[in-house]
Amino acid sequence: MALFTVNNVKIKGVSAAVPEEVYSNRNYNWISEKEKEMLIKTTGVNERHVAKFGMTTADLCESATEKLIAELKWDKEDIDVLIFVSQSRDYLIPATACILQNKLGLSNNCLAFDVNMGCSGYVYGLSIISGMMSSGQIKKGLLLVGDISTLNTSYNDKSTYPLFGDAGTCTALEYSNEAKMSFNLQTDGAGYEAIIIRDGGCRNYASKESFDKVKHAEGIERNRVQLELQGVDVFNFSLKEVKPNVSRILDEHGVRVEEVDYFVFHQANKLINESIRKKLKLPPEKVPYSLDRYGNTSSASIPLTIVSELKEKVSKGENKLLISGFGVGLSWGSALIDLEDLICPDIIEIKLN
Amino acid sequence: MKIEDLIEKLEEEFEDVEAGVLCPDFNIRDIEGWGSMHVLVVIAMIDSEYDVLLSGSDLTNAETILDLFEVVQEKMN
Repeated sequence: MALFTVNNVKIKGVSAAVPEEVYSNRNYNWISEKEKEMLIKTTGVNERHVAKFGMTTADLCESATEKLIAELKWDKEDIDVLIFVSQSRDYLIPATACILQNKLGLSNNCLAFDVNMGCSGYVYGLSIISGMMSSGQIKKGLLLVGDISTLNTSYNDKSTYPLFGDAGTCTALEYSNEAKMSFNLQTDGAGYEAIIIRDGGCRNYASKESFDKVKHAEGIERNRVQLELQGVDVFNFSLKEVKPNVSRILDEHGVRVEEVDYFVFHQANKLINESIRKKLKLPPEKVPYSLDRYGNTSSASIPLTIVSELKEKVSKGENKLLISGFGVGLSWGSALIDLEDLICPDIIEIKLN
Repeated sequence: MKIEDLIEKLEEEFEDVEAGVLCPDFNIRDIEGWGSMHVLVVIAMIDSEYDVLLSGSDLTNAETILDLFEVVQEKMN
């Protein structure tokens, strides 16, 4: 069972960047007014920030990182690890983390690699980077997490297009004797087709047919290099798996709901998240949402929500957070983290040059 | 569990449906604008009210409210 604790690593800062352009779902005229109303009410997504063609997740993460490093007053020479968690990398090869190491002006002694995870990616990424830093030889590290999902959605697919927003984030971690974080990570690859882009990888190499738009149901038309999402399957998975995963990590560490200051969930959609909140009997004031203004931002949703909704609260004093990501894979996991005087710059809005 | 309770809960979820319209042999797909969002809303409501997790095919197979009631009852036992 992947239920474990990593000692001696502390989160020092979290930052986030989004594209400047905002798309309101009120203007999504592919569906009827009535359907639009139902969609906005059920998903909770009013508007979202959308990248223009040419802007990448790495660009957003780069801006978020520069700002955070400046506010932390870190010397770039001291950063020994950079991990980039994303499903929207700059190139098929090489790893985007390598490009970012250079763009950010980090030392050649800094290790850098990509991790291909989505909705659960922030929690997984934290477990990887903290595990690498725990022995104390690496003192400072950067976890860059984010996605540009809108590029891969079809305007003519109501099951994906209005849900997603784009964001890139940076989390700065430091070796620290008193700190610890705990994880509970799970996987069910039997559900790999629930959220999938079918063509363009090695299993189904991209071909001319990959770009043929096919109608799958009323209001659902896309090609095979665009994101496919089986809403009911994802919904059932989330209702079934998230609560026991969260309850287990709390029980394991003897932490009561009242002792946790905030529960920050992956921002899937409002109906899913509210169902999970009610199942866990969590008071609304402990469960922040950024979904209404940013949509589902995939791997970025947890750090983005921390910055957009909890900035004032986590910048001062100590806060215990339970974070939980769930989705594509299928993959899910929770972590208990302690934040103290977090450095948390305002969200940056990026314009394409 | 009574079918009247289920109907009441469905009426609460779908405010646009006038009271008295929903009855045991009402086909849920006849709710105006019925679509995938409605399916999710029904699954969420039944999960929270009856602690029963319906699958997509449970809902595809259920035509009337009575069918829905029966599948929920079956899964409760």
